[in-house]
Amino acid sequence: MIAEAAPAPIRTAYLDELESEAIHTLREAAGQFERPVILFSGGKDSIVLSWLARKAFAPGPIAFPLLHIDTGHNFPEALSFRDRFAVELGARLEVRYVQDSIDQGRVVEETGPYASRNALQTVTLLDAIAELRVDAALGGARRDEEKARAKERVFSHRDVFGQWDPKNQRPELWHLYNGLHRPGEHFRVFPLSNWTEFDIWQYIAAENIPLPELYFSHDRPVIERGGTLLAYSDLITLLPGETPEVRRVRFRTVGDATITGAIPSDASTLPQILAEVVAARTTERSGRADDQRSDAAMEDRKREGYF
Amino acid sequence: MSGLLRLATAGSVDDGKSSLIGRLLYDSKSIMEDQMRSIERASRSRGSDGLELALLTDGLRAEREQNITIDVAYRYFSTAKRKFIVADTPGHLQYTRNMVTGTSTADLSVVLVDARKGVLSQSRRHVAISSLLGIRQIVVAVNKMDLVGFSEDVFRGIERELRDFTERLGVPRVEFIPISALLGDNVVDRSSNMGWYEGRPMLEFLEQVEIPERAVSGFRLPVQLVIRPHQDYRGFAGRVESGAIRVGDPVGVAISGLTSRVASIHVAGAVAQEAKAGQAAVVELEHEIDASRGDMLVSPADPPARTDRFEAVVCWLGDRPLKTGRNYAILHTTRRVAVIVERLVSQIDVDTLEPRPANELNTNDLGRVVLRSASPLFVDPYDENPSTGSFVLVDPGTNATVAAGMIEQSFGDRVLGSEANRTISFAGTADEAHRLAKELRETYGHSVLVLDAGHAEAGRQAAAQGFVVLFTGGVVPGALVGDREDLWRTLRYSEGDGDGI
Repeated sequence: MIAEAAPAPIRTAYLDELESEAIHTLREAAGQFERPVILFSGGKDSIVLSWLARKAFAPGPIAFPLLHIDTGHNFPEALSFRDRFAVELGARLEVRYVQDSIDQGRVVEETGPYASRNALQTVTLLDAIAELRVDAALGGARRDEEKARAKERVFSHRDVFGQWDPKNQRPELWHLYNGLHRPGEHFRVFPLSNWTEFDIWQYIAAENIPLPELYFSHDRPVIERGGTLLAYSDLITLLPGETPEVRRVRFRTVGDATITGAIPSDASTLPQILAEVVAARTTERSGRADDQRSDAAMEDRKREGYF
Repeated sequence: MSGLLRLATAGSVDDGKSSLIGRLLYDSKSIMEDQMRSIERASRSRGSDGLELALLTDGLRAEREQNITIDVAYRYFSTAKRKFIVADTPGHLQYTRNMVTGTSTADLSVVLVDARKGVLSQSRRHVAISSLLGIRQIVVAVNKMDLVGFSEDVFRGIERELRDFTERLGVPRVEFIPISALLGDNVVDRSSNMGWYEGRPMLEFLEQVEIPERAVSGFRLPVQLVIRPHQDYRGFAGRVESGAIRVGDPVGVAISGLTSRVASIHVAGAVAQEAKAGQAAVVELEHEIDASRGDMLVSPADPPARTDRFEAVVCWLGDRPLKTGRNYAILHTTRRVAVIVERLVSQIDVDTLEPRPANELNTNDLGRVVLRSASPLFVDPYDENPSTGSFVLVDPGTNATVAAGMIEQSFGDRVLGSEANRTISFAGTADEAHRLAKELRETYGHSVLVLDAGHAEAGRQAAAQGFVVLFTGGVVPGALVGDREDLWRTLRYSEGDGDGI
């Protein structure tokens, strides 16, 4: 028993504090809401969140299903990982498809070489929230990711249209979370609010959490576009002058295959990735074309109900 | 030393508060290249010559447009020694509520003073609010020293004036540091312009500071939910807010007043022998006791006060004013019940903490109130236990969070006290005593021992030593004194209010 509780060598004291805070938040979501779900993208943040959810309710089963909004533009590795991981956690997996929203005429697909289904996810997500009558959607977003997120509450209210009103947020004091809402409204809950990218990697290493291979260095055909390396696949329309070439890369975030940039890297183990993160001089979202559309791109999308 | 330090800053752009945070992030290399590029771009488009480090922290559109910080923003940086969480809040009077919000989770406050302007009401306000929220270490950053010729006299004058104020408020520790956030003097590196300053630069101080411990109450675990994977296991999940508990320890259940022992503990999902303050635990008890969200596991030797009437300091956050006689929902630990404002004792001057008479409290006002709750709460004074001493009020019509409160005094009795706590004494006949015992047995499903007055002392002593032998099954609601009607009212009261949220 004692050995089981002993911390791994690289585990720092504050990781325990962050873990405990996140578990407290997960349990508040379970205690205050009827039908919470975890928004599961297959990325490392939602993997860590789901991992913590299993701990939060042990020795009982994980209290939430995982909800994945499938853009149809995912990395295949991320999807197979998703299915394996859900089984390992013993969690129910719900998948809703952006393609269905397109087929139903709920959204219109962007066209052209810069087309992305990233923004369309919002409609599919809000439809899924309504269909499943979700009153709390838990996400792995962190406040250090982006400046609009830095001001978002841990329990973040959404009106009946799924919208966020950044100027009218409920004050959040101590660890008292007010999740009271009217029918049709819901909450987004962010248990990892106070984690940084480095904390996430440290925790993954300390806990030995499984990850999709995409995060580790591998050879892959990529194209260079706007300073970012994009994975080359059928989903990419080549611009004049672009030729795919095989490079040794890894991904720092895993989102839509059409917009997530890779970085050149030889880091193929968790310690190597940690060392790389410490040395990194750009934030992880800098590889995300969706954030670079304008200075307030994230705030605008969040207002509309984005993740 | 804790690896995590939470600090709150307050102030306006004029103070250079955002610049200070920007400087800490920048000089500790926590700002990434693309963030720098984005700030350079934004600084240029605003027609600014230099780099506006404040743009790092002012994230919302409205803030950028109006050049002010409206909301609480959280920033993160780490050094080799510590991880820091900065709650960055605005300093204007109309944003007192944001200051209170940001300070509520902080270990330490950084108060900004503009060396040219001296001690303004805004700095006093931040000191006053920090003191009210139980902050035990304040750092006063006397900024813009470059604009007063790095003068020691100016710095000492400000130090004297503010130290007088913090001493009156009883803040245990205050550190004064002369800095220039714009130029970086004494922020990360020691300034060569202020040889007279013998203290540490800001970051070094923050890396090394130990927050003085406060006297905290005994074991408290507010129940968040019950975990019941199968028939044979029933665990109470919650965070240990104070104290510690080990397998085999006696533990009290607040609402019913029943006592049992710890059968098993899980901490963060793994089996453990002990759970300590700050840890997320699941506690299984030896006896099957009914408890759910809104209840609390407590130390039987040092329990919280059980009360339905208490005095508290509140910061009013809502748009509609607080008035005597209004109803709200109170969120206290994991418990939610209805409260009524019985009395508005006084308004509190935000800059001095002096009381003054008032009929209502408006947005950003501080005041002292007496609240009465529909069912009992289990409280400690805020300065002994911020977790069981704090609450928020919610407007039942809009669900908006309208007040933050700190409990100062309760008018309830300590029914779970260690002395005479598991005996029932009442004025009645032996027949009535047996009838009461029977009803208790049927209600709670446990055996109850009835003692006549001659044996009551023995029962009290046994209970006081933590022995529940006499009351097998760990049954008896504590310290109930009165006639039979009184007893039943109290019992029904505590029985019916266990639904929490």
